[in-house]
Amino acid sequence: MAEAHPVGFQWVVEAKRRGATIIHVDPRFTRTSALADVHVPIRAGSDIAFLGGLVNHVLSNDADFREYVVAYTNAANIVDSDFQDTEDLDGLFSGYDPESGHYDPTTWRYEPPEDPTSDEQELQQELEHEEHEGGSDGHAQAHLAAQSEARGSGGAAVPWKGRRDETLQHPRCVYQILKRHFSRYTPEMVQEVCGISPEQLRQVAESLVANSGRERTAAFCYAVGWTQHTTGAQMIRTASILQLLLGNIGRPGGGIMALRGHASIQGSTDIPTLFNILPGYLPMRHADQHQSLDQWLADDEGKAGFWGESRSYAVSLLKSYWGDAATPDNDFCFDYLPRVTGDHSSYTTVKAQIEGRCKGYFLVGENPAVGSANGKMQRLGLANLDWLVVRDLQMIESATFWKDGPEIETGELVTEEIGTEVFFLPAASHVEKAGSFTQTQRMLQWRDKAVEPPGDARSELQFYFQLGKRIRQKLAGSTDEMDRPLLDLTWDYPADELGDPEPETVLREINGTGPDGAALSAYTELKADGSTACGCWIYCGVYADETNMARRRKPHWEQNQVAPEWGWVWPANRRILYNRASAAPDGSPWSERKRYIWWDADEGKWTGDDVPDFIPDRSPDYVPEDGAKGPAAIRGTDPFIMQTDGKGWLFATVGLADGPMPTHYEPPESPLPNPLYQQQNNPTRRSLATASNPLNPSYTEVFPYVFTTYRLTEHHTAGGMSRTLPYLTELQPEPFCEVSPRLAAERGLEHLGWATIVTSRTAIEARVLVTDRVRSLRLGDRTIEQIGLPYHWGPNGLVPGDSPNDLVNVTMDPNVYIQDKVGTCDIRPGRRPRGSALTAYVEEYRRRAGVEETTTEGTQG
Amino acid sequence: MSRRSDTLEPRTVEADKVVDSVCPYCAVGCAQKVFVKDGKVTQIEGNPASPISRGRLCPKGSASKQLVTSPTRVTKVRYRRPYATEWEDLDLETAVDMIADRVIKTRRQFWQEETDGKRTRRTLGIASLGGATLDNEENYLMKKLYTAMGAIQIENQARI
Amino acid sequence: MSTPVESSLWGRLDDPAADAGYADHPKRKGFFTDTSVCIGCKACEVACKEWNQVPDDGFLLTGMSYDNSQQLGASTWRHVAFVEKPIDVPAPVDLGMPTIGSEDQGAVSGDAGVRWLMSSDVCKHCTHAACLDVCPTGALFRTEFGTVVVQPDVCNGCGYCVPACPYGVIDLRKEDGRAFKCTLCYDRLKDDQTPACAQACPTESIQFGDLDELHERADRRLAELHEKGVDVARLYGRDPEDGVGGDGAFFLLLDEPEVYGLPPDPVVTTRDIGSIWKHVGAAAGALVAVGVASFLGRRR
Repeated sequence: MAEAHPVGFQWVVEAKRRGATIIHVDPRFTRTSALADVHVPIRAGSDIAFLGGLVNHVLSNDADFREYVVAYTNAANIVDSDFQDTEDLDGLFSGYDPESGHYDPTTWRYEPPEDPTSDEQELQQELEHEEHEGGSDGHAQAHLAAQSEARGSGGAAVPWKGRRDETLQHPRCVYQILKRHFSRYTPEMVQEVCGISPEQLRQVAESLVANSGRERTAAFCYAVGWTQHTTGAQMIRTASILQLLLGNIGRPGGGIMALRGHASIQGSTDIPTLFNILPGYLPMRHADQHQSLDQWLADDEGKAGFWGESRSYAVSLLKSYWGDAATPDNDFCFDYLPRVTGDHSSYTTVKAQIEGRCKGYFLVGENPAVGSANGKMQRLGLANLDWLVVRDLQMIESATFWKDGPEIETGELVTEEIGTEVFFLPAASHVEKAGSFTQTQRMLQWRDKAVEPPGDARSELQFYFQLGKRIRQKLAGSTDEMDRPLLDLTWDYPADELGDPEPETVLREINGTGPDGAALSAYTELKADGSTACGCWIYCGVYADETNMARRRKPHWEQNQVAPEWGWVWPANRRILYNRASAAPDGSPWSERKRYIWWDADEGKWTGDDVPDFIPDRSPDYVPEDGAKGPAAIRGTDPFIMQTDGKGWLFATVGLADGPMPTHYEPPESPLPNPLYQQQNNPTRRSLATASNPLNPSYTEVFPYVFTTYRLTEHHTAGGMSRTLPYLTELQPEPFCEVSPRLAAERGLEHLGWATIVTSRTAIEARVLVTDRVRSLRLGDRTIEQIGLPYHWGPNGLVPGDSPNDLVNVTMDPNVYIQDKVGTCDIRPGRRPRGSALTAYVEEYRRRAGVEETTTEGTQG
Repeated sequence: MSRRSDTLEPRTVEADKVVDSVCPYCAVGCAQKVFVKDGKVTQIEGNPASPISRGRLCPKGSASKQLVTSPTRVTKVRYRRPYATEWEDLDLETAVDMIADRVIKTRRQFWQEETDGKRTRRTLGIASLGGATLDNEENYLMKKLYTAMGAIQIENQARI
Repeated sequence: MSTPVESSLWGRLDDPAADAGYADHPKRKGFFTDTSVCIGCKACEVACKEWNQVPDDGFLLTGMSYDNSQQLGASTWRHVAFVEKPIDVPAPVDLGMPTIGSEDQGAVSGDAGVRWLMSSDVCKHCTHAACLDVCPTGALFRTEFGTVVVQPDVCNGCGYCVPACPYGVIDLRKEDGRAFKCTLCYDRLKDDQTPACAQACPTESIQFGDLDELHERADRRLAELHEKGVDVARLYGRDPEDGVGGDGAFFLLLDEPEVYGLPPDPVVTTRDIGSIWKHVGAAAGALVAVGVASFLGRRR
């Protein structure tokens, strides 16, 4: 955190000053470790085993926050008797289909009620219908389209709340299942998988337990060390389980915080430039599952919790896209939505580019030739386009691959044979345009415009507005049905002399307007009848009272510690989500020390410094009537209001592609067999079989070492905004790799000398830093060496160098299609071969390792 | 003490305006004050009023002025013809017009009214990557336009 | 205003600005750099350069941990030192003999963990500043804030100040010829602003303020750390009785000063005017000692 989010780290330093214990888990000893009380070196990619060891410690010592767990989680719920655990099936859960590589999660459900109500029956039928829809596996379809991510602001729906045993003794209650599942993660097993000693594991576990409960809370912060794995979503799930068991969710000083890496990467997920979702985490329309507006909304509509109002959100979005053209008669232009049929994610699209199935490409402030895994794949895709538009501040590698890319050097690509037409359009910087970023805590902050952009530089707002206008002009008068969505689009923003739309009008459209045309104040005002329009329901309220709330800048010293009048946080300017959990079931604070939101019985409402994440006047003793729907179905003691059962999920009955509970699997390239189960890798991982993405076989002596990539404080991602600047370049001028003294001795690597690092994809060179900060890890009777590679460099910039991402293979997490950044490699002293000798060198490694040439193209997973 | 030293002032006092901004690098969201004189950025520093950053900036945030005033920034449209070995100049208006033509052409060429018997009304011919460094308003217009175009392979860094 | 003349060259001096002839002046300003919370982010280096428009200092990977700016100089006015030290373990006595054979031996390296010390160094703004004493043009002068500033419009690049500095801070910029160093953001101070480095510092490792108040803060912090059992913590440059009369920029360190590349007992080189060169020799000797110490440190 000190390394990649230094200013955020001030709060960690502040906490430490006030007595907090700081624990840092990372393969390398970083600038965060330097200030931590404890550094836990870990084998990259083994986090589920480590966190599982902590869960096991909590459960086997009865160290959970029992009142919280019983009242607020699904620990007491009884699971279907057909459910089988990885314990029973040697690393698989029940429902796995080896042929498709997908799970059918039916057996993961809560035990069906013996005497279901009519609603429950109906819901169950719906689910079963979905299951068999289209003649193929509905869940496989859902997962292919990465629909679990459509839960970005809430949980998946369950048909019934289920039977509960609040003594937690029933052998099939979630608590007992969890206990059995994690019992395998003993301290000895953790050592064998992660290289963490039992003493250190105990130290961490005891510290966590001691700092959780009524009086204290503990927080987890993570970044791409968890997300960029084939088990990434489940790593975060393990942390969620741990935090729920310890009662650390929805409370001040608790939580799990994603430290995101780009200024508005949270915003670009909420208002997505993503293939699988629409604004506000509404799923993209699926050709099979969503043949009507009703089907599209069926998953959530009418069920308990706030997702039950999804029709209002969806119809309001369609209204903001197509305005007057969207009417009840045409299902609000629902037919205008293009349909997904599976995985259309970035890497899969690159494969389509290589295969000639995708010919036009926009790159907007992104440099995949350096920043994405397997750079060669990226560049081969770029070289096979008809046209490419690159918008950036500097001349990045993704715009110059045809001239000076690594494949030009090796002869794999020849400039004169690359037919890609390239438009480089200079972009405006952050001070040359006004607009809002959403930072990592979901806070929107407005930037005012300071200066005009230089020369031809324009904002993306200007570019896309003008592009859209031009396309619409050129298509004007078209009678072709395919052009209707473009021609009916509301696309009439007031613009300045540069053609730049007034950004606040766009923010206002995102916020939404009511029947009278006035800005709405809250998403609870949205209607399903077409009388309201709203571009992103979770952002509704950011323009309440016609005021740009994201532009509020009341100094923190003039406000309470929550500082609600600085910027605006979705939803409803609420700073801590699920904060009803900061009070006990009876509505009183768990403790004075951790008082945050509580029930004021005299006033009959929830109160505190933050906006309560609950129905404001719903008393703690409220019990919904049978058959209640939507928000009315939320019990007064159920803090997790986006879940249909109101509980925090220790066990995910639905929604994840790879199991209801996390299980450790080895990364796709690993130096050792999975010590836990016969099942080596995530059985549902998504592989990308293409000639440029060969995989190292696991545990081969040819590729004996683990490598992982990471950031340095002095640079930013693929480097376009940092290695072009002298002040940052001088601080970390060249690519390097970090190795332990033992590995240096083993391979004859000299400090500051050159090393060549090689995988089945390619070989790169980097200078060597031999350092005790990289530890040799003992796993059982063997020692594992890890090589650290900061990934900021590429052929352009002030000091050019090889790009470590060229080494990384593309194998993805099945929930979100993010690649695994860990792989195996060899390392040798000296510089890499040049030109065609490089391809021959890598070819020789592949031959020795027995890597099969990919002749058949295809995707699996 | 020289006359210069005697009359020295921080250059920020001469700013024509001080504009509130937010750091463009990571997602912490540190508040910045941008000092502008004669239409040029003369200094960018942290804004102490922010409850997130309390006026502090990391080395990248501190280098923001160099980022926006960098002499290596490309400020003219560059164009590379198919199979060409060098860049050419191109007028911005022309470039946008040419891009619009290509969008229309590729969209039509790869249009799928149906896929495997199911109505899809989309194009798989056009893809987009990027958005995490951009504003919410920009992402919104992008997704809106792409969706109307029928382009679905719209992605950003959040996936990577 | 006439240029004040530095009068005292040695000994305790509580008000250097008054000593330099300022009748009515603000309180002495300074930096307290608490290295125990430094995260080595180098924001100070960049913020300094952006504000003072200092050019980059070349692109060289040094291999000195994450320190690629190496030392203070004419174009590096803040410099973050990085020191990697294996943690001392009360293990079997190391006889310093070469280890033989056993394949496992290498794996032991670093097994007890490592300490990574970071410290943002800066001009000390000495109470007795030799650079100023030897400056023949009056380019270097004592400001009303008690700081030491070189005036680029006066400096003729003679370079006398360079060997005079007991810390090796001030230097000539080759392509320019003149001497440069930290001004403690003299221009910002005049407008009651915080110097750029302290303003940027994410963790308050660099604290700016009235020197007497900073002294109190530092003393409290030191006591707090000692209470927590961090016995290695010590203040450096805090003592008004030391060889330079105490520093305007002083530090809390977590090891011997030599470990950070700081001279253990700096003495104002003009203490005995005329014997400058002898002291330069001693300073060079001290640097050699630093090299040996860090080498030994590594071996432990």
